[in-house]
Amino acid sequence: MIQTDILIIGAGPCGLFTVFEAGLLKLRCHLIDALPQAGGQCSEIYPKKPIYDIPAYPSILAGDLVDKLMEQAAPFQPGFTLGERAETIEKDAEDQFILTTNRGTKHRAPIIAIAGGLGCFEPRKPPVPGLAAFEDRGVEYIIKDPEFYREKRVVISGGGDSALDWAIFLAEGVASHVTLIHRRQEFRGHLDSVQKAMDLAQAGKIQLLTDSEVTEAHGDGALKTLVVKHKTEGERTLETDHWVPLFGLSPKLGPISDWNLNVTKNAVEVDTFDYSTNIPGIYAIGDINTYPGKLKLILCGFHEATLMVQSAFKRIYPDKNLVLKYTTVNGVNGF
Amino acid sequence: MDHIIEVNVIDRDGQLHKLEAPTDMGMNMMELCKSAELPVEGTCGGMAMCASCHMYVDSSHDVPEKSDDEEDMLDEAFFVEDNSRLGCQIYLADALDGLTVRLAPVGQ
Ligand SMILES: Cc1cc2nc3c(=O)[nH]c(=O)nc-3n(C[C@H](O)[C@H](O)[C@H](O)COP(=O)(O)OP(=O)(O)OC[C@H]3O[C@@H](n4cnc5c(N)ncnc54)[C@H](O)[C@@H]3O)c2cc1C
Ligand code: FES
Repeated sequence: MIQTDILIIGAGPCGLFTVFEAGLLKLRCHLIDALPQAGGQCSEIYPKKPIYDIPAYPSILAGDLVDKLMEQAAPFQPGFTLGERAETIEKDAEDQFILTTNRGTKHRAPIIAIAGGLGCFEPRKPPVPGLAAFEDRGVEYIIKDPEFYREKRVVISGGGDSALDWAIFLAEGVASHVTLIHRRQEFRGHLDSVQKAMDLAQAGKIQLLTDSEVTEAHGDGALKTLVVKHKTEGERTLETDHWVPLFGLSPKLGPISDWNLNVTKNAVEVDTFDYSTNIPGIYAIGDINTYPGKLKLILCGFHEATLMVQSAFKRIYPDKNLVLKYTTVNGVNGF
Repeated sequence: MDHIIEVNVIDRDGQLHKLEAPTDMGMNMMELCKSAELPVEGTCGGMAMCASCHMYVDSSHDVPEKSDDEEDMLDEAFFVEDNSRLGCQIYLADALDGLTVRLAPVGQ
């Protein structure tokens, strides 16, 4: 069991800044994120885009902002549970929250700060009827271990880097047969990956089906065949062991909606006094919360995090007084 | 009136919404739909990075061509047709008076 003072759900910019503000009050934090890396939308959607409205940075790349937030939080030694989704929250006999992830990792803390942004990033799933029945029975949305596909027939869908790179990798001596299916003729991956995939297609190592999409999946229990529709040439049926649709990730609110919080329009209602939710001890900051006048901006989330930890401190130490200290007075004293 | 056009938006229930739109404010179709409280997320704020503003252009207007970024993002969307566009990449202009778009279904 991982024990901490504040459990932060979501390691986006607001979750990361919470570690720093909590650290100034000598509160420890542990972050949980469904993504394998910290940074939330900044890392996942737009790491190479400049942001212009972070105070004192006329321009900063979203990826660099995350690096700096990590650096700023480092003295306070945050813990991380990455690649796991916060799934359930319970209370124990000592009034502490027990948070369990989808992989069963347990965390315990008196305070939970939800900094879940737009929700968990999950793979986009193609609208093929009955697809859910084949998930993990031939259909995978993420390639975790390429060895899983050794000597298997694999169909990959998608036109981006991950589709190209995996098709190339699996075609070079891993899978027994690789098919790459794409909606258009042009691929948007790096030029050298595109060239390499084309070369492998020429050499007969990748079966390339462009202007095509998968419209049906069939099998009894496990996936057996896919129906592929070409823009003009009609349908064909492919026999396969696996289908890996790679269409990127998009955020879904996910388990947060099951925690008895007051949710409107995919956001958690909070009191702007301290960003507390309707459940005492659970706070919500950043893009995930809503209140009159809410703006989904990083700078607003930073402010929310700062006020929130003051209230969290008072919940944990009702008898201690908090006096605001400028960081200029004593500097940053890490753990 | 100057710089005001009318566009038709058909929502996912097939209902038609006639919207008045200013053409001198740098607004795009995603923003117009959002301001009319139609169910368009616009997650990425209009940077052709999320496809949550996927819509079909049903009228024969000459909408400026897709950029590579828009094509690339449509590759990650579903229910894509030849008239598919990202609403955030369609900037309101006088020439688009009477434009008709239909919101694309949202995936799972
Ligand atoms: C293209 C683009 C451009 C933008 N430009 C700007 C800009 O110029 N200025 C600006 O201020 N803002 C901008 N934003 C918005 C800004 O990125 C967000 O306001 C900010 O990321 C919100 O931070 P957050 O920490 O609240 O949430 P997020 O960054 O969304 O992070 C939330 C994290 O929580 C995780 N999570 C959610 N639920 C769970 C769960 N149950 N279990 C585990 N993990 C979970 C998610 O995986 C995610 O990593 C932009 C956004 C986009 C997409
Ligand atoms: S709003 Fe994200 S692609 Fe248009």
